[in-house]
Amino acid sequence: MFENIQLRRGIQTLTSRLYGGHIASSVACLCLIAACGAKTEAPAEPSAAATGDALKVGFIYVGPRDDFGYNQAHHEGAMQLAKLPGVTIVEEERVPEAMEVQKTMESMVKLENAKVLFPTSFGYFDPHIVKVAGKLPEVTFFHCGGLYDSSKHPGNVGSYFGYIDEAEYINGIVAAHASKSKKLGFIAAKPIPQVLRNINAFTLGARSVNPEITTTVVFTGDWSLPVKEADAANGLIDQGIDVLTSHVDSPKVVVQTAEKRGVYSVGYHTSQASLAPKGYLTGAEWNWGKVYTEYVETLRAGKKWDHLVRGGIKDGFVTNSPYGAAVSAEGKAAADAAKEKLMNDQLVIFQGELKDNTGKVIIPAGGKMPQREPALESMNYLVEGVIGSTGVGS
Amino acid sequence: MNVRAALAAPLPALSLLAVELGAVVASLIGFAIFLAFEGASPGRVFVDMVDGAFGSWFSVQNSLSRAAPLMLTALCTAVPARLGMIIIGNEAALLMGGLGAATCSMVLPPTAAPWLALTLMLSAGALAGACWIAISGLLRQQRGVHETISSLLLFYIGLSLFLHCVEGPLRDPASLNKPGTPPLPEAHMLSGIGGSDVHYGIVFGLIACAICYVLLEHTSFGFSVRVTGGNLKAARLMGLPVTQLCLLVCALGGAAAGVAGAIEVAAIHGSANRALYAGLGFSGVLVAFVARQHPLAIIPVAVLLGGIQASGGVLQRRHGLPDAAVEVFKGILFISVLAAETYVLPAMTWAERKRQALATPTPPPAAEELLLPAAPEPGDIVEGVP
Repeated sequence: MFENIQLRRGIQTLTSRLYGGHIASSVACLCLIAACGAKTEAPAEPSAAATGDALKVGFIYVGPRDDFGYNQAHHEGAMQLAKLPGVTIVEEERVPEAMEVQKTMESMVKLENAKVLFPTSFGYFDPHIVKVAGKLPEVTFFHCGGLYDSSKHPGNVGSYFGYIDEAEYINGIVAAHASKSKKLGFIAAKPIPQVLRNINAFTLGARSVNPEITTTVVFTGDWSLPVKEADAANGLIDQGIDVLTSHVDSPKVVVQTAEKRGVYSVGYHTSQASLAPKGYLTGAEWNWGKVYTEYVETLRAGKKWDHLVRGGIKDGFVTNSPYGAAVSAEGKAAADAAKEKLMNDQLVIFQGELKDNTGKVIIPAGGKMPQREPALESMNYLVEGVIGSTGVGS
Repeated sequence: MNVRAALAAPLPALSLLAVELGAVVASLIGFAIFLAFEGASPGRVFVDMVDGAFGSWFSVQNSLSRAAPLMLTALCTAVPARLGMIIIGNEAALLMGGLGAATCSMVLPPTAAPWLALTLMLSAGALAGACWIAISGLLRQQRGVHETISSLLLFYIGLSLFLHCVEGPLRDPASLNKPGTPPLPEAHMLSGIGGSDVHYGIVFGLIACAICYVLLEHTSFGFSVRVTGGNLKAARLMGLPVTQLCLLVCALGGAAAGVAGAIEVAAIHGSANRALYAGLGFSGVLVAFVARQHPLAIIPVAVLLGGIQASGGVLQRRHGLPDAAVEVFKGILFISVLAAETYVLPAMTWAERKRQALATPTPPPAAEELLLPAAPEPGDIVEGVP
């Protein structure tokens, strides 16, 4: 027993000496690294601002830029913008919606000399963009989400968003034509307005083809939970659902699972057609390249730009993936007809009589909620035909 | 020459330093090879990394801001480690701390004095974090559940509970697409130090590390903790209140991580929401291990890690390297440092002891050592000895 204590004490004495050495060495490491930096004094990337008219644009993504989803859609937009003469792009991926993004924005401006920033994640806006934009008035910030409020937010901030529910409505029509069981599945992250609007538009599109169709929704609780998404996909397929779609950061897992199990899939954010050559029907895609190019061209021309920019299929902000091999001629014709109506402003997705899935009337017969209607922005219900619940907070 | 004297044989401080530096240099070489494979020029990358981490006042602020929460979350592993516990659920303590602070802010009137509001919010955060990690301590003492497993599993529970609260009962109805608790009044936010970007979190980090150092190394409480960590049976035999000590160190560590969460809410986010879960707690585990669970060593290690993370952006922006590049560097660095300590240092200590033993011929065993009682045989009842 005592031997043991003595041994332990000995080890403790030894280790406390080691700790001392460790602190000293850590400090020394820092000094060494700092000294390296001081000695080299290399000019930090001389390219910045040296080429006269050149404009550096920074893009910040919350996830990987090749995620087959939200971030890839923005990255593709950035690549399109990079084609403009005199525009260079700097990118940073997997930046959390925390202090990190504030530092990344400032670094892009202070270290890389970027003049325009596109911090793309919805959660970057408040408080991060609002705070940094206030500190850096000479830089222009464009944020995806449509949250700008001139009474609260700095003047060098713009916010854009697309009416992706129009493309979801088309998705619903295509899905309804492909489904044999008349049961569709929707895997979603959280019951927030933007997500509910997509689920509802998808269901309304499907039920415009056949009012018997139902959409079963599963909320995973977060934006990127591949294991839960796969579980949900398998669970839905086991229930006899034969078309799956999703609203999560990356639909990759859902589309792959659907393909493996031999059911149809409908995409989101960008095209996942390459992941499911057999079962991919279509998908709702963002066309950010158009938005970014227009913003930057307006900015360089010295013209006034809008703080709030929104658009749907008609404006080219959103689009549908090219129809897959499994889409019938009938399905294509019905989807194209609806698209045509959207292009000519003849179709309002949310119109009366509209009931939620508890039977409550949301829009009375004859009522219409066109896309710019503010009530759509705080949607907190699932329409009739959706099996599922918005849970707490509704 | 007894065991203790042999083990205490000092290694010259310079050789310790050389081992640590050697580990850093080895990791730089390893990373350089990785960079060469990725098609980047290692020389330019290293210059840019230093520039991004410590090259300008802005970069230094960037690194220090990132280091601040790591100091606090690292203590959540380091403090219980001195009692021989390995706690890795720091992230949950941070989330609970944030939740505690946000809940406290919801109860307080917006007109409350800022100092009072901040004190209460940080205390609520500390209390919440302390309670959460103490559960692991309690499970270990009462039910024999291993604290590493329980703290990890409690993280998943904590994350779910946190999300449920901030997106459910505590949700601000006005937070539509980014659900979270109501925003803190502007006056109750924690500001930057003297107009800089570095918020007061770093002051709390430094103070907490110093307090833990004094508590663990220079008080009888700390001595009891270290004795218990060294030999549990001996500690029981000496009548130390092992259960209380265990709960206390867990609570202490949890409180530090809880304060980190409260500061994130009060200085950065302004409300408790999903964005609070950003891996600061898990990074704290790394910091604690590299700092060898020593409260003061945590400070430079946290600054180093903050610098590496700050330089990660430069790698992406200037060299088109993926985000994973900086993770690779962190991985190589930590493995080198830990390997150096696990393999090189003991070898050097052994060689040093051998050298000393050869230099001074072994005296005959002292009478005191001959009188030591024999080690208990397997099956002996030791616990019952008064």
